[in-house]
Amino acid sequence: MTAIKRFLPGWLPTYAGLYIVFLYLPVIFLPIFSINIAATPKFPLSGATLQWYEDLPRTPALIDATWNSLMVGVSASILSTVLGILAARSITRYRYPGRRTINGLIMAPLVLPEVIVAISMLLVMLQLGLSLSLFTVVLGHVLVCIPYSMTVLTSGFEGFDRSLEEASADLGESAFGTFRRVTLPMVAPAIISSLLVCFTISLDEFIIAFFLTGTEATLPIYIWGQLRFAAKLPGVLALGTLLLLASFVLMTVAEILRRRAARRTQSEGGLYA
Amino acid sequence: MTAAAEGSRPLRMAGARRSPLLQSEAVQGFALISPTFVYALILLVLPILVVIAHSFWTQHYLTIDHTFTLENYRIALTEPIYRDLLWRSLYISLTVSLLTVVLAYPIAYFISFHGGRHKSLWLFLITIPFWTSYLLRVMSWKVILGYNGVLNSGLMGLGIISEPSDALLYNSTAVIITLTHAWATFAILPIFVSLEKVDRTLVEAATDLGDGPLRSFLRVTLPLSAPGVISAALIVMIPTVGDYVTPKLVGGKDGVMIANAIQAQFGKASNWPLGAALSVTTMVIVSLMAGTTVLIIRALQRLAR
Repeated sequence: MTAIKRFLPGWLPTYAGLYIVFLYLPVIFLPIFSINIAATPKFPLSGATLQWYEDLPRTPALIDATWNSLMVGVSASILSTVLGILAARSITRYRYPGRRTINGLIMAPLVLPEVIVAISMLLVMLQLGLSLSLFTVVLGHVLVCIPYSMTVLTSGFEGFDRSLEEASADLGESAFGTFRRVTLPMVAPAIISSLLVCFTISLDEFIIAFFLTGTEATLPIYIWGQLRFAAKLPGVLALGTLLLLASFVLMTVAEILRRRAARRTQSEGGLYA
Repeated sequence: MTAAAEGSRPLRMAGARRSPLLQSEAVQGFALISPTFVYALILLVLPILVVIAHSFWTQHYLTIDHTFTLENYRIALTEPIYRDLLWRSLYISLTVSLLTVVLAYPIAYFISFHGGRHKSLWLFLITIPFWTSYLLRVMSWKVILGYNGVLNSGLMGLGIISEPSDALLYNSTAVIITLTHAWATFAILPIFVSLEKVDRTLVEAATDLGDGPLRSFLRVTLPLSAPGVISAALIVMIPTVGDYVTPKLVGGKDGVMIANAIQAQFGKASNWPLGAALSVTTMVIVSLMAGTTVLIIRALQRLAR
């Protein structure tokens, strides 16, 4: 280990610190200027105000967009988590030919340009005669959420000890009873974590919603529309800050749950292995 | 209840009846994944096939002529405007993936080799900004680089410049900076994962055999982490080539990318076949570029050994 320690140039920790600053600094400016009195975001700051936040609930278009985003987010997260559970369970529990190819296909939206995914879906939906609405946005969001849901759930399902389920069945529990009393409690944190991750992605997602929505706006689409007007910037910054906060809280909870899930299945597995 | 107990019996007899069990495993596993698989087929594979089909058709005002033609591809590849946009998009995505990988490597190395007990905290710190809205992160760069923005007013306040510079925003450099920031996390994670897999005893062995720290890094750690570098490069390169929001918000006229042209064909210009051909061309060319990158990194990896 001393050999490795020797190759720790002094600049590495410093660099790591600077990198974190680079990652966070741009995002920090949103909350800073959202409480600034002046409408243009520049230094020196002209004093603090909550006026921009107070204006938010008085904007009917914003209220509508918030409701739309919540509905889309809840539907998309439930649907993609259900599809994610099926796929993750299949991938971690069974071995069959074509498993890797199918997994690759399901994960593909993660690495494809979003615009191309969005316009291809748009073409098919128009061909199928679906009229664009929040429903089509949900369909699109589910597609891009499934890979994330899969990642979270696979890490929760992996190391899951099958003998626990077998033991339960041998002791006379029905298939449903085994699922409810053995399987579910072990994987519940991973499932909740997946729901939160998918909800956050859907809440923040712009491109797919932009192409697949009809007349109804989600929050990112509302923000996009407001960006054209310089005078509306502080309101957008205030709204953006709230969204940042929401993502931050949701993701922190999701991460804590995911870790708990991983620890639970692994330690149980370790005990009985 | 007996039915459930009965059902669990084959599992315990795995050794005795291997092949029928495998078959039923395969069927069960496939049945379980099929809803998700079918969803991806209908909303990903089918749409992409439809786009490819459209790229060979022609738009006549409101109707689409389904006769096979390569005219759209001729336009996509030879019209100066699309050719330039394509080149610029490739240039930007190549630069961004190079920058993100080079900037991310030391961080991934630091966390993997010196993160100690705080490894997961570091990873969490790094992934958090990634989970915030992409649109908002691009917007914050607009706030920073703008004419009346943070950087200009800050520099003026410090007396470094006397009047705001308009060279910061609305060009391809602004697009590159914004994208490099936005994709940073995506590059760190795969590199970190492959560094975690590097056998530490190999590094020690190299040192014991007389390699200095730099030499053992270059000949052992770096080549062994090449798979991570490859996936980091690809995971950044392919999506950034089709980025729409960043060029639109911070790119100005000089920073327009191919996705903006594609969107225009499906929007105002209303020429779906041309938009489809542009999408297919972009995907094919970026795949070629990605393939070449993989070959180059693999060749370098072999050279380093």
